[in-house]
Parts: sequence; C-alpha cells; structure tokens
Amino acid sequence: MAEVTYLEALRQGLWEEMERDDRVFILGEDVGIYGGAFKVTEGFVKRFGEARVIDTPISEAAIVGAAAGAAHMGMRPVAEMQFIDFISCAYDMLTNYVATARYRAGLPTPLVVRGPCGGYVRGGPFHSQNVEAAFFHTPGLKIVYPATARDAKGLIKASVRDDDPVIYLEHKWLYRRIKEQLPEGEEVLTPIGEARLAREGRDLSIISYGATLWKSLEAAEQLERDDGLAVEVLDLRTLLPLDDAAIMRTVKHTNKVLIVHEDTRTGGLAGEIAARINEQAFEWLDGPIMRVTAHDVPLPYAPTLEDYVLPQTDDIVKAARWLAAY
Amino acid sequence: MASRTAPATQSPPIPAGLSRDQLLEIYRYLRLTRTLEERLTALYRQSKVVGGLFRSLGQEGESVGSAYALDRGRNRDFLSPLIRNLGSMLVMGAEPVQILRQYMAKAESPTRGRELNIHFGDLERGYLGQISHLGDMIPVMAGVALTFKLRAEPRVALVYIGDGGMSTGTFHEGINFAAVQRLPLVLIAEYNCWAYSTPPAKQFATAHLADRVRGYGVPAVTVDGNDVLAVYEATRLAVERARRGKGVHAVEVKTYRRKGHAEHDDQHYVPKEELERWARENDPIDRYSKRLLDSGWAEQADLKDIDERVRAGVDAATDACVDEPAPEPESALPAVYASPATAERLWFRGL
Ligand SMILES: Cc1ncc(C[n+]2csc(CCOP(=O)(O)OP(=O)(O)O)c2C)c(N)n1
Ligand SMILES: [Mg+2]
Repeated sequence: MAEVTYLEALRQGLWEEMERDDRVFILGEDVGIYGGAFKVTEGFVKRFGEARVIDTPISEAAIVGAAAGAAHMGMRPVAEMQFIDFISCAYDMLTNYVATARYRAGLPTPLVVRGPCGGYVRGGPFHSQNVEAAFFHTPGLKIVYPATARDAKGLIKASVRDDDPVIYLEHKWLYRRIKEQLPEGEEVLTPIGEARLAREGRDLSIISYGATLWKSLEAAEQLERDDGLAVEVLDLRTLLPLDDAAIMRTVKHTNKVLIVHEDTRTGGLAGEIAARINEQAFEWLDGPIMRVTAHDVPLPYAPTLEDYVLPQTDDIVKAARWLAAY
Repeated sequence: MASRTAPATQSPPIPAGLSRDQLLEIYRYLRLTRTLEERLTALYRQSKVVGGLFRSLGQEGESVGSAYALDRGRNRDFLSPLIRNLGSMLVMGAEPVQILRQYMAKAESPTRGRELNIHFGDLERGYLGQISHLGDMIPVMAGVALTFKLRAEPRVALVYIGDGGMSTGTFHEGINFAAVQRLPLVLIAEYNCWAYSTPPAKQFATAHLADRVRGYGVPAVTVDGNDVLAVYEATRLAVERARRGKGVHAVEVKTYRRKGHAEHDDQHYVPKEELERWARENDPIDRYSKRLLDSGWAEQADLKDIDERVRAGVDAATDACVDEPAPEPESALPAVYASPATAERLWFRGL
C-alpha cells in the first residue's frame, strides 16, 4: 500500500492505461512538457513521446472533434480541458456530434474528456464551474465524478476502457487535499454506473458527489457527535447514468433524503434525483426531499462572496437537523 | 529562428507627430504599468492578492502604444484588453486604485468582488472587460464596431488577441464577421512567443499571425512590439483607415512574455538565454527611455521625476485601499437579472 493523493491516483490510472493499451493517447493544451496546468500528465511526454501526448492549439472544439474521429478509427483518446469551464467551447461537438454518433450512425466513439472542475478555490466565474448539468441532459454521454483517490484512479481507468464517450469530472479542491492508501501492483477499477455507500446510518440519507461529498461526511460526523444522529451518505460517483437502485436502497433504509451538490440549484442534478425518488419510492418517504446547493448566481471571486454562494458544511448540518426533526 | 526575435521594422522618427508632452505621457503610462504590476507582485507575495497574478513585463510597449493611438476625446474609441493589456486600460483612464481593488477583491472594486484581476470595463471611459474564454471578445467587439457603423459615429473599436487565443474558433468567426461587414475594428495580434507553455510552432503553421488574418481579407502589418512608437504609428494608421470606412485592420506586434504565464509558473520550459537576451537588449521601457534621451526630447531628470511621481501615486493608491473591507456576503445575490433584482436566498440559510 502507498498513500496517494486524488491527483496522483488519477495520474497513475492514466499512466497505467497508457502502458496497457497503445491505442490510448492524450491531447490537450500544455499537457506535454508542462504536464498540464495542474500537473496531471507530468512526465507523460517523456515516457510516451510527443505522438501520444499531444500539445494542441487553444481549440477545444478541435480537441474534442479530433478525439471523436480518432475514436471512430479505433483509438482511445483522452482529451484534457485545461479548466472544465472551457468545455463550453466544445459543447457543440460533444452534444451534437459525439453524443449522437452511436445512435444515429452506429459509430463507436470511446473517448474521455476530462478536466478540473469546481469552486472553493477563489477561481472566479470562469475557473470554478461545475458543468455536469449542461451535459446530463444529453443522452449518449456518460458522466463520472470521483470524490475519493481510489475512484479518481478507478474511474479514469474504467472511462478509458468504456466503449462510450465519458466526461470525467475531477475536482481541483480535492486534488491535493484528499489522500488514501491504495494497493500497489493491483488493478483498481471502479465500475461506471455504481454509486458507493460512503457512510452507513438509519436516520437520514445524504446523496452527494464531488467536493460536497466530503462536506456531507464532515456534517454527518458532526451530527453524530452533537445530535446523536446516524446519517447515511451516498457517493454517486457516476452521474450519468444514475444508479437508481443505490438511491432507492438508501431512501428505503432511512426514509429521509437530503441531496447536496455544489452546482447551482435550478436545473441541477438534485431536481432529477428528487423526481426519481418521487416516482420510485414515494411511499417510503417520511419527509420532503430537500436540496442543499449553490445559490443561483454566477460564482463570484471574493472569498466572502464565494463562501456565501457555495454550500458549506454548516449548511448541510442545519438542513439535516431540520429534516431529521421533520 | 527569425520569428523569435523582433522584426527590423523601420522605427518612426521621434517625435512621430507627437508633442513633447505626449512623448512624456507615453513614458508615464509605460512606467505606471510596470510600477503598478511590481506593486501587485509585492501584494501577491504578502497574500493580499486573492487569486493569480498576470504580468505584462516586457510587453508594456505594445499595450500602451496601441491604446495611445485611439481617440480619447469626445468621440471616444473603444477597446477590449486581455490579461496582459493593463497598459491599454490605464491609457483609457482606468485608475491604479481600481486595479489594486480588483486584485484584492475589495467591496469597492469595480466589480464589487465578483470578477478578478483586470476583468472589468467602463463604458464611459471606453473599455470592455474580457472574460477568461479566449477569443470571445472578438465577436463582441465586432458588435461594438457594428454599432458605430450603424449609428454612423466616427469611432473605432480595438481588440487584442494572443498567439494562443487566435487558435479559438470564436476568434475566426468574429474576425470574419467583422471583415465581411467592413466594420471599424482594429485587431492587435500579440506574438509574444508563448501561450502558457506552448510555443507558436505548436499553435499555428504560418510564420506570422498577420498571415492568418490576411486570409480573411484583413490588411495586416507586423511591427516590432517593443518599439512603442512603431506600435503607435502602425495602430494610428490602422485606426485612421478603419475610421474612414475601410474595414478591419490588423497590427501584429512581435514581443516576448518575460514572466511565466502567471506568478505561479516558474517558466522551466523557457530557454534561459532567450529570456535574458530579451530582458537585456529589448526591454520596451529601456529602449524608449534611451530614444527620448538620445534624441534630446527628455533629460534624465525628466524621466526620474516621472518615475518618482508614478511611484508616489501607486503608493497612495495602495494605502487608500489595502485595508478596505471585503464585500458583504449577501451582496453576492443582487443583479443576476435586471428583474428580479435579487436572487433567492436559499432555504437552509434561514435555519
Ligand atoms: C477557450 C480557452 N481555452 C483555454 C484557456 C486557458 N488559457 C488561459 S490563457 C492561455 C494561454 C493564452 O496564450 P496567448 O493567447 O498567447 O496569451 P498570452 O498569455 O501569451 O498573453 C490558456 C490556454 C482559456 N482562457 N480560454
Ligand atoms: Mg502568447
């Protein structure tokens, strides 16, 4: 076993897939000699060469489009967005071309688009975004969002091996904050489409993913300590397709649900999750399905403002208390 | 590689049609840009700057020279800067205290702490703040120029693009749109040898940025970007032609990014000798000072006096805002829309 960060786990996963399968290649801005803005691909160009670690022009649509063409031809491209905020420049390629390729033309398009997401880092409105909701609405794409180091590794490997296009969202607030013991010399794979029970409890369920998974766990511990509440926490890990079975299992176990995400409220994933619970487990509920999310504003830069807009541990604690008492 | 040195364009004779006061004013903007950025570096090291810090060291000449060619009188021209065009904003009238407040995310900053660094605008003074997404300001500034044309106002819009940013699709859509519409738009294309860690050879397959825009029917010249008067002169001609209804014009400035992409970047990928050579032989402020002195337009004492006044001004601006408060948390909610006036405070904040 060795202790690795979330970032290092992701890096290892990518590295291992490059070693295992020579169809895998990386393309993106400054991924070569610089090793990527956050150093996820540090050392890759030295090991795998410039042909498999391609520094591209600042052209996100071309990066994703070229990845799609290569994927059709049997390659396994992994495209990096320097910050996930710039994936909007490739929105057309992803939603119109990539997502529909199999359905309309039977074209396999096994590619991964990955990049750093999220706030809590004083990045301002264009270096803090969460983009899952923008793609969640598009059949044909898969979306994964690891919260742990193990899943950072397990999901990148599974994404590379998946036969469909996967958007792999990695949280930059977790990059170096999260550390975990991972086995050496043993394959770490996280199946796409499976949520993970991060904490067991019987009083209330919190459903979350990404950075707020950790804030939810922190809240759960505080609630156990201060209120004697046993809070269950479900880490979704894959956002598209959602793991309905795992969601309903926890609902039926605790009968109360709080959905927590860092993305803004309106049109965020919590709405869809709540609708599914309503359809599939309504009679099991002992309270309303509640949401803790970001406020519906662009993410501001000043620490006081960012802290106000984003959901904090204290918000989760208060919301859970309210729901527990319902 | 020829393209990694400044081109040997003919430098205009000093004074290039400028008065002595104007020549010294240009010097003052150059000095102000550098001094203000040096102050920001100091504040960054003291952790007073909230996010990243982007320097224009070695590129002050092209920002100041290009903006100085605009009409800043009654029929104000309009520009949109990039992250390394602080100098152009100062020329248009942005105040050092605003820049300092922005970087420190103060409540009184132009964006009230919502946006970072020099991402802010002032419609009165004639500049529009960029967003991070490179290329996006090209079509937007085409729209500004379109309005000048529709209203038959004799005004010009000027916009910057980097050797990296020119690879975006948005750039190409925007410049083509403007060219087809024959809009009064001037493009300053900055060949500064780097886009983060990526050199021009990995960004485009032509020798010059000018070659690329000519393909859209846009006349383009390439000038020594570290010769402030050469940039001024080329931009002035471009602006004049654009103002006379001759459509989009481009000026490519060859220069060099002497710091990392941002303060955190140690530039390990940059050849050290190349960096040192540009610093030693081709600093835009050193070159301009020398020309002013050699041609007798200024004495050493004149320049020293400007340097001191600039420093005092930056000191005063720093003192004025460094201890100002951060924005009130709830001020995050208003003005997402004109109506409703404020976003909803979410339920859990009332618990
Ligand atoms: C569409 C888009 N993709 C990626 C980025 C990330 N990014 C910010 S600056 C930069 C390099 C810009 O290079 P250049 O345009 O040459 O400007 P310079 O930094 O040299 O002034 C990159 C890749 C971005 N801002 N926008
Ligand atoms: Mg550049």
